[in-house]
This record gives sequence, C-alpha cells and structure tokens, in this order.
Amino acid sequence: MEPFVFFIFSILTLGGALGVVTTKNLYYAALFLIMSFSGMAGYFVLLDAGFLAAVQIVVYVGAIAVLILFAIMLSRKVMTRNEPLLNRQWGLGLATAAIFFFVMLAVPLNVKWPLSNEVSSGNELVQLGLAFLGSYVIPFEVVSILLLVALIGAIILARDTSDVEVE
Amino acid sequence: MEALIHWLADLLAKWSWWPFAPAPSATVVVWLVYAAITAFVIAPLAMIVLTWLERKILARIQDRIGPNRAGPFGVFQALADAIKMLTKEDITPSGVDRIAYNIAPAMAAVAAIAVFAVLPVAPGIIGTDLNIGVFYIVAIGAYGILAVLMAGWSSNNKYALLGAFRAVAQLVSYEVPMVLALITVTLVAGSMSTADIVAGQGSGWYFIAIPLTFFIFFVSNMAEVNRSPFDLLEAESELVAGFHVEYSAFKYALIMIGEYVHMLAAASFSAVFFLGGWRGPFIDWAVQTSPLLAVVMGHVYFLIKVGFMIFVLIWIRGTLPRFRIDHLLDFSWKFLTPLALLNLLVVAFVLKLFQPGTSAGIDIPAGPLSGLYLGGWGQTLGLLLGSILVVLVASAVVKAFAHRSKDAGLRAIAAAE
Repeated sequence: MEPFVFFIFSILTLGGALGVVTTKNLYYAALFLIMSFSGMAGYFVLLDAGFLAAVQIVVYVGAIAVLILFAIMLSRKVMTRNEPLLNRQWGLGLATAAIFFFVMLAVPLNVKWPLSNEVSSGNELVQLGLAFLGSYVIPFEVVSILLLVALIGAIILARDTSDVEVE
Repeated sequence: MEALIHWLADLLAKWSWWPFAPAPSATVVVWLVYAAITAFVIAPLAMIVLTWLERKILARIQDRIGPNRAGPFGVFQALADAIKMLTKEDITPSGVDRIAYNIAPAMAAVAAIAVFAVLPVAPGIIGTDLNIGVFYIVAIGAYGILAVLMAGWSSNNKYALLGAFRAVAQLVSYEVPMVLALITVTLVAGSMSTADIVAGQGSGWYFIAIPLTFFIFFVSNMAEVNRSPFDLLEAESELVAGFHVEYSAFKYALIMIGEYVHMLAAASFSAVFFLGGWRGPFIDWAVQTSPLLAVVMGHVYFLIKVGFMIFVLIWIRGTLPRFRIDHLLDFSWKFLTPLALLNLLVVAFVLKLFQPGTSAGIDIPAGPLSGLYLGGWGQTLGLLLGSILVVLVASAVVKAFAHRSKDAGLRAIAAAE
C-alpha cells in the first residue's frame, strides 16, 4: 500500500513541479505549485511526521501560495492565458539551473542512505517541543525574533503615511 | 462477485464493532468506504436539514411563516429544492477557465467535509484521533480558501473576482485570531488532539474557563465560514452572489454543500473546544459502566450542543446587518488580533501559576499556586479571572483610542459614555 501511495504523491509533487515551469499561464503555474506542495505534505504523512505535513500545508498552501495567487490576480491582466515562457535572460537562467542541478545530483550519488533502526515513538510532537525549547532554544528564539522584525517591518512599510494623526 | 460478497461481509463485520476500537486489520480501502459513506450521506443530509432550519428560523425571526407547503412544517421543501437543483441545466459560461472552474466546487465540498475526520462525536467515536487535530483543522481550511479563489478567478466574471478578492482578505485576516484562539485552547488542554481536548474538560467546560477565547474563536469562525454578518464574499446587494455567481446545477449544489457543511463544522468544533463536546450529566458514569450507553448519551449531548450553536449562528444572521469590508478588516487586525494575543499571554501566565509538577510525563517546576489546582477547578477560576481582566483592559484601551479618534462620530460616542 505504502509504495502505491508514495507513487501518487510523487506524481503530485513532480508533476506539479514540472507544470510550474512548463505552463504558459501564470495562474496555472501557481496552482501547480500548490499541487506540488500538497504532494510534499503527503510525504511527511508517510514519514509519520504529521506535524510537518500540517505546517507544510498551512505555511506553503495556506499562506505563500494564496499570497502568490493574490498577487497574480491583482497585478496581471486577470484572464491572461499566455505568458512567454522565455525572456532575454533564459541563457543565464539555464546556466544557473544546470549548476544547481549538478550540485544537487552530487548528493544522492555520494551519500549512502543508512536506514535508522529507531522506531517512531508516536509522541514526536512532545519531542519536537522539547527540542525547540531545550537544546535548540537559541536558534528557535533567533528565528522568532527575525519573524517579529519582518512582521513589524511589513506593518511600517504598509502604513499610509498621509493618514498619520497630526497633533 | 464472490469477492464482492466476501468484501461486504468483511465490511459489515467491522462495522459492528468499529465504534469501540478501530480494527487493526482494517485496510485503507475499508476506511475509504467509511469516509465515502460519511461524505455522501451526511454532507447532503446536513445541507438539506440546515437549509430548512435556516429558512424556518429566519422566517420566524422576521415574523413570517417560512416554508410550509411540502410536508409537515415544510420539512420536505429543502429536499424538493435539492432535487430541483440537480435536474437543472449545467451551464458552463463561455470564457471560463474549464479546469479550475470544474475543480473548485469539488474542492470546496471536500475541504469542508475533511475536517470531520477529527471530530469526536461520542466517547471513542472519532474518525482518527490525530495528535495534531487542531492544526489539521487549520491546514484543511487553507484548501477552502483556495477553492474560493479558484472559483472566483476561473468564472471570468467581475463580481466573482471581486468576491474572491474579498475572500482572501477576509479569510486570511480572520485566520489569525482564530489560530491564536485555538492555540489558547491547546495550551489549556495541553494537547492538540481533539479527543484529549474533550477529555480535558471534565472539570469545567472551557466556555467557563476561557469565555473570551470562545468569543474570539466564535467571531472569527463565523467570518471563516462566511456567515452573516461576515458574508461579504457573497454580499448579494453588492456582488450578486459573489464568487459562485456563475455556478449552476450540481456544481452550485456542491458549493452549497461546502458552505453548509462548513457551518456545521464551525458549530461542531465550537461545541468540541468550548462546550465540552460529548460531555454532559452522568457521562463519566456511563463510560465506566456501559460503553454502548456512553456512545448513545454522547451523541445526544453532542447533537444538543451542535444544534444550539447552529441556532445561535442563524439567530445572529437574522439579527445583525452586514459589515462593510474596511470595517471588517479593521475589526480583525486592530481589535481581534491584539486581543487574542493579549489573551494568549494571560492564559499562558495563569496556566504557569497553576502548573502541576509534571506535564506529558516530564518533571517540570511546579507553579507558585499549584496547591490551589483543586482538580482543575482552581485553575478554571484563575483562567476566568484572567479573561475578565483582559476584557477590562481591552475595553479601557478601546475607549481611550475612541477619545483620540479622528472620527467625530466615534468621539461623540466615547464622550457620551
């Protein structure tokens, strides 16, 4: 059963990723991106990491992808069917993508994938919480401060300066 | 044929004892069948019953009789409407984006139905007791937003598109206070599993302990399910029907199913998180003596609470006028979100005060008031006092801001008080 489900999620992930870069319709590209994200969430479920799966959906589908869709709907001609796939920088893009691909290719070729004998304990949520507030508390706090700064920055940028009260 | 009969027999055998323990040998297929039965029977049924209830109660509120022709009290009216809806011509307007246009209604319905997987209906009766249950509900909600966006964009209609724009603004805005309220519930229960949250309400429903959280959750949930006074996505006086203006026949039925099932989910989870779910008089005794009796009692208590919550939702729809879009967003970002954050801090603080020595099997320092825990009742009282404090602070802050406001009307109201 598991290989079969894995196969379905792989189709979602890879098919979605392929769709993002091949479709000429920008809106479809965003929808394909969501498909790919959903497939990734499926992998996390298969790996007994339900929390990560939910995070994947909440953050990537619920926030980032919806934001992308919203931006497309606001900034483009709404029903534009075709966007050119290539622009003048396609050569540079191809080179960058090729370099990245070969670097990434080196990983599966050089790493042996050892299987851990550890059995999923079933209380991975508790373990995750303890790790966040235990041994990894400083990175965790640094990230939270970073997010807070971004949040406040966004509010300040979006603030309508003409609306500030003059006293 | 042989295999089919064998499979059905297997299915029935599992059905008979499924409520008390999930069969360890149950294959995914069997679970999928359960899910399909739930989706295909409960969801349309919920829509039919809820539309009838809504029309009838709204009519009473507005001093009308409401549907009264088909069957006693017009109970078959919604059924007749459903049949009519399915036999209508399925129109696909020219210029729509066919793929997204056809996927969106199904997605809306599925996103609404999927949250019922973690709904604890009675002791031991829950689709699947995920340890991230609360988070799962939030995650599935993302697909509901997506469905509205897809429907609005693909319809190639300016009203639908405006509806979709409002949808994103509203749903994303109100997701923030809703999630903050859910975090508060999670903190108090010490678990994200919906079954544990109900189990944790043995000493006082959370409605008593954290009434302010209930208010925040209920209001933002009302906005999440597009119920009046937050139904701006489909404000008929401005947008005809909003994001689903171009849908007809079966696709329209699917969107309506999505909407009413979503409303049912909102009522159900309000009951689960704050009104004790299946808890009620004598249920603890019943759980110990007879599981079957407990299941029956649990269903009854739960349905009473859900029914009450649905009535309140309809009642509010019949009472309050619709928000204006900028007021709606202001209300979320400038009032509910800061309030929910403050509330979260206060609840976390009170919980630390009453912290017993261990949590999730781990030894941690006990809080200074842990002696007053009193089997949960002392903590409940502390949380209630915390809620009252937050309400007092919030009302003082709102008043101070109203005095300084540029809006003359608002200043006048603040001065008059």
